[in-house]
Amino acid sequence: MRFITALALASAVLLSGAGVAGAQEKVLSERGDVSIDQLSKVDMFRPEKDSDVIPRDFQKQPPLIPHTVKGYNITQNFNKCMDCHSKERAEETGATLVAKSHYLDREDKKLKNISPRRYFCMQCHVPQFDAKPLVENNYKPAAKKGE
Amino acid sequence: MMSLNKYMPAWVKRIGLTTALLLFVAGIVFWGGFNWALEATNTEKFCISCHEMEENVFREYQNTIHYTNRTGVRATCPDCHVPKEWGPKMIRKIYASNEVLHKILGTIDTPEKFNAKRGQLAQNEWNRMKKNDSKECRNCHNYDYMDYTEQGKRAAKQHPVAFAEGKTCIDCHKGIAHQLPAIDQHIGVQNEGAVIMNHGEKAAAEGEKK
Repeated sequence: MRFITALALASAVLLSGAGVAGAQEKVLSERGDVSIDQLSKVDMFRPEKDSDVIPRDFQKQPPLIPHTVKGYNITQNFNKCMDCHSKERAEETGATLVAKSHYLDREDKKLKNISPRRYFCMQCHVPQFDAKPLVENNYKPAAKKGE
Repeated sequence: MMSLNKYMPAWVKRIGLTTALLLFVAGIVFWGGFNWALEATNTEKFCISCHEMEENVFREYQNTIHYTNRTGVRATCPDCHVPKEWGPKMIRKIYASNEVLHKILGTIDTPEKFNAKRGQLAQNEWNRMKKNDSKECRNCHNYDYMDYTEQGKRAAKQHPVAFAEGKTCIDCHKGIAHQLPAIDQHIGVQNEGAVIMNHGEKAAAEGEKK
C-alpha cells in the first residue's frame, strides 16, 4: 500500500514537472529581452491614427483616448486635455465632455470645478499605440450596459 | 573721357567721377555691414547668448516639434519672433531695444523671475501675433495650401471652421514651442484667478485687453 502511494506521488511529481516544462514557453514583456541599460523597442511603438470614439469594454471603463497625445503636456500651469474636454470648451471643439463624476470629491460632494484628484487625465485614460497584445485575451465583461 | 562727360549728371561733374564711384562702393560696404550686423542679431546663436533665453525658453523649446522632428526642418527663434519683411523687421528690432534695457536691469535674470513674468511675456507675444495675423507662422504654414485629407480627423474638422470665423493660428496654437503661464481652466483652486486663455472669441478678446 505504501509502495502504491509512493508510486502515485512520484508520478504526480513527474507529471507536474512535465507540466512546468511545457509552460516554460517564454512570454516576454513589451520591453522584450533587453537588459535595462539597453534601448528597448518600446520607444519604437507608434501612436495609432486618430479614430472615432472607441467603445468601452466594460461598464465604467475610463474611455480610451482615440487620438495621439504627442506634445500634450499636463503641468501645474496648464492641462492640455482640458483645453478641449472641459465644460467650457467641449461644445466648440467637439470633444467628449468630462464626466459628471469628475466633479465629485471623495465624499461624493459636488464641486464647482473639476476635482483636483482627477487632474492627471492619463492616469486612467490612455492613448493607443500599435503594440500588439503579447498573449491572446478573451476577456468578456460580466454585463454590458442595458443587459 | 570727353564723350562720357556728356552723359554725366551735373552733381557727378561737381564732385568728380572717382569720388562718385568711391561713394557708390562705400554705400555698398556700409549697407552690407549694417545688414550683416542686423542678421547676426537674427540668429538662434545670438538669442541664446543671453542666459535668460538659454535657460528658460530655449530649453523648453527643445522638446517641441519646431526643434526636433522627422525631417529635420527647424524653425529657430527669429523664424517665429522676427518678421521676415524689411519694414516690420526694423520695427521689431527697434522694439527689441526695450529687451536690451531689461537685460541690463536684470528683470528676468533668474528662472523664478522669469516664471513670475511668464504670463505677461506670453500675452505680449500672443497680442503681437494676433495683430499681425500670425504672420510668422504663415511664412511656412499657409492655409491656402493645406490638404485637409492629409490632416488628422480633429485638425481637418477644426481648421476650416476656424478660418471661416476669421481666426488666426495663435488663437488656438498657444504654448506649442514654450511652456504656458498659469492658466485658469477651472480645475481646482491652483490656478484660480490666473490668465484666462481665449481662443479667438471676440468678447473675450476685448476683456483680455484691459
